[in-house]
Amino acid sequence: MKRSKLLLVLTAILVLALSACAAPVAPAGDAGSSDTGSEAAAGGGDATCDDAIGCIEIAPGDPLKVGGMLTISGATAYLGEDSRGGIEIAVNERGQIDGHDITVQIEDSLCSAEGGQTAAQKLAADPTVVGIIGTNCSSSGAAALPIVSSAGMLMISSSNTSPVLTSADTEAGGIWQPGYYRTAHNDLFQGRVAAEFVFNELGATTLATIHDGSPYAESLAAVAADVFTELGGEVTYQGAVNVGDTDMRPILTEVSSNPPDVLYFPFFEPESDFMAAQAKEITGLENTILMSADGSLVDSFPENAGEAAVGMYLSGPYLNPENTAYADFLAKWDEEIGGVPPSGFHAHAYDATNMLLDAVQAVAQESSDGTLLIGRQALRDALTATKDYPGLTGTLSCNETGDCATGEALGIYEVTQAEVDGNWPPPVVYTP
Amino acid sequence: MAASAKPARTGFLSKDYFERMTWVDWVLNALRVLILALVIIGATNTLLSGKYTLAQWVSLIMSGLAQGSIYALIALGYTLVYGILLMINFAHGEVYMAGAFTAYFIADWTAKSGLLASAPVIAVLIWVIVAALVSMGVAVLLERVAYRPLRGAPRLVPLITAIGASFFLQYTFRGLYGTGFKSYPAVPIIQGSVAIGGFNILIAQLVVFFSALVLMLALYWLIERTKMGKAMRAVSEDKEVSRLMGIDIDRVIVFTFLLGGALAGAAGVINGLYRPQGVNFFMGFFPGIKAFTAAVLGGIGSVPGAMLGGIFLGIIESVGPSLILDGLGINSANQLKDVIAFTMLVFVLIFRPQGILGERLKEKKA
Repeated sequence: MKRSKLLLVLTAILVLALSACAAPVAPAGDAGSSDTGSEAAAGGGDATCDDAIGCIEIAPGDPLKVGGMLTISGATAYLGEDSRGGIEIAVNERGQIDGHDITVQIEDSLCSAEGGQTAAQKLAADPTVVGIIGTNCSSSGAAALPIVSSAGMLMISSSNTSPVLTSADTEAGGIWQPGYYRTAHNDLFQGRVAAEFVFNELGATTLATIHDGSPYAESLAAVAADVFTELGGEVTYQGAVNVGDTDMRPILTEVSSNPPDVLYFPFFEPESDFMAAQAKEITGLENTILMSADGSLVDSFPENAGEAAVGMYLSGPYLNPENTAYADFLAKWDEEIGGVPPSGFHAHAYDATNMLLDAVQAVAQESSDGTLLIGRQALRDALTATKDYPGLTGTLSCNETGDCATGEALGIYEVTQAEVDGNWPPPVVYTP
Repeated sequence: MAASAKPARTGFLSKDYFERMTWVDWVLNALRVLILALVIIGATNTLLSGKYTLAQWVSLIMSGLAQGSIYALIALGYTLVYGILLMINFAHGEVYMAGAFTAYFIADWTAKSGLLASAPVIAVLIWVIVAALVSMGVAVLLERVAYRPLRGAPRLVPLITAIGASFFLQYTFRGLYGTGFKSYPAVPIIQGSVAIGGFNILIAQLVVFFSALVLMLALYWLIERTKMGKAMRAVSEDKEVSRLMGIDIDRVIVFTFLLGGALAGAAGVINGLYRPQGVNFFMGFFPGIKAFTAAVLGGIGSVPGAMLGGIFLGIIESVGPSLILDGLGINSANQLKDVIAFTMLVFVLIFRPQGILGERLKEKKA
């Protein structure tokens, strides 16, 4: 009696679920077959798909979807929040493309390879996604890229900065694949700006670098050290800690055996909090200037690191607030999301979304029944051809391997007492 | 033990030692010699190179001592529960997090209301009490909900449950308090350093070490001198016989979890005094793993073992990379501090499989 009732309920649920799926599944099947180049899929309209790697097909009245691979949970969730705001503002501004609404689907790519893989697989399986904004962390970007690329899709990262992602030179560790773009600056720029600032502006002659083993921090520390040596400075120490370490005193003691003028540790909270707070306690490092990078350019950093952060420098994306477009953007942020962006890559996400939507608009063909056809290769080509694009983060021009930022939107911030007391962002003291 | 069944002299000194060695013994011996040689060569090289001053060594040791005391306090929770229930409570790191994270909000409140500035000792005591109460509550709840129903189950079952409970607690607290990083307010009286014997030592490190020491002595007294302590020791010796002697096993087990929770909560605040940053729902994970390692190193089930293991691990982590790896010419040695710590674990365990102070009689119960 009881069992048969249960069976009945289960069957009912199953039937309901199946019927609910049936409607959206049908066009998905069509889009799949059009990937193989079948022209019948276009449904007898005037536009046909002749793209080398297939088309995205949006049925009449269906929304097109912008995917997002962001860190929504975990320690770097503020980066995801920051980018998500930029994406949403850009999408809301656009409203519709050729009569189709635009929806946003964000998947959590964490700040790890596993997260990037999972998020990419989810979005790559969705035939209505026109393009993906993300990831935030280079480590998840590196894992997501092969999946996105082989699915014929494309991703535009708002905050991946690792140089390997846009290097096609596999012997030098490059992992670029077609379909990868970014509006974030390459670390080769940021590391150089940091080293130039330390050597030219601070007049430092010795530098120590510490990274946390992540590709982001490791490459940034290495580039800064190389450029600093090139400029004529001396690198006294190059070391590393682990993500998750809380006691930085041993490594700081090691650094203090030959105290440098500047200590550069370009990694994330909370490791950067510990590093900044504990550095000042070490005998020999009282006069060492501390410097970190965009990974710690977040409003909670000075509050957590406390007094020790006063006088510290942070390199990172910089936008001139006198730029009226950016001021408008901030006003929109306050209105739609509230407050100020929590980190420095919101404008990059906004630019990335706009570039994607522009490309979609340029490439999309509407067939007579209202179906929208977007060639995947054509979309990539349109993005690669981006030149002198006026974005919030400056003029964007993409090269063959997807580096769209030119490195102009960078600056060095100085943390003062006001930031420790809650002000954000800190004043900018140097721009290249 | 297989060895004890053989004739009395089975050690290195016996005549037929080399004849009876199997290839496993050869490999083990080679490993012992290799690790010992690496440690000695590395340490001699570093010391001869004179890269670090004596003051720097003292500061490394102090930092290891402070870190080790925190590991030891958490490790006691693992070892107490193991001693009584023979299970590894892998959610203990989260018990620590629960207290530390909750007490942060009280700490923030005392700082904003000015209590911390006017009466710092009272304020910090309030933090400790809140942290200990929350951790005790979580620990007891854990026992009641997740472990007690599985007490008769095979040993792997509660182990998996513990891992599940650990995730459950992490994400519960994430939901409650959010994902951001928080920092304890700085306690003015423990800032700065004092000169002892010509060395500058951070006051916070001394506070950590001595408060942990006081807690550990109190625990030792409790176990060795009180009736409840006696009951705990009896239960750990033999549950069935204890029950026949009229000991309420459930009460003893709950009390054990309460003790472990209180120590973990206190450790959370002590950690916050020493390192205010990084308060987060995930903060219990690494200390939990390290404390478990410390408990195994000291001999799991042994209370003095957990204390010794914690402090040993803390010092090795802090001094090891500079002392040993530096001398072997390895760059960015500090990134490898976990390698050093776990190599030492292996090193200790291949000489003493039962841990530094572990008892052999545990095998009978296992």
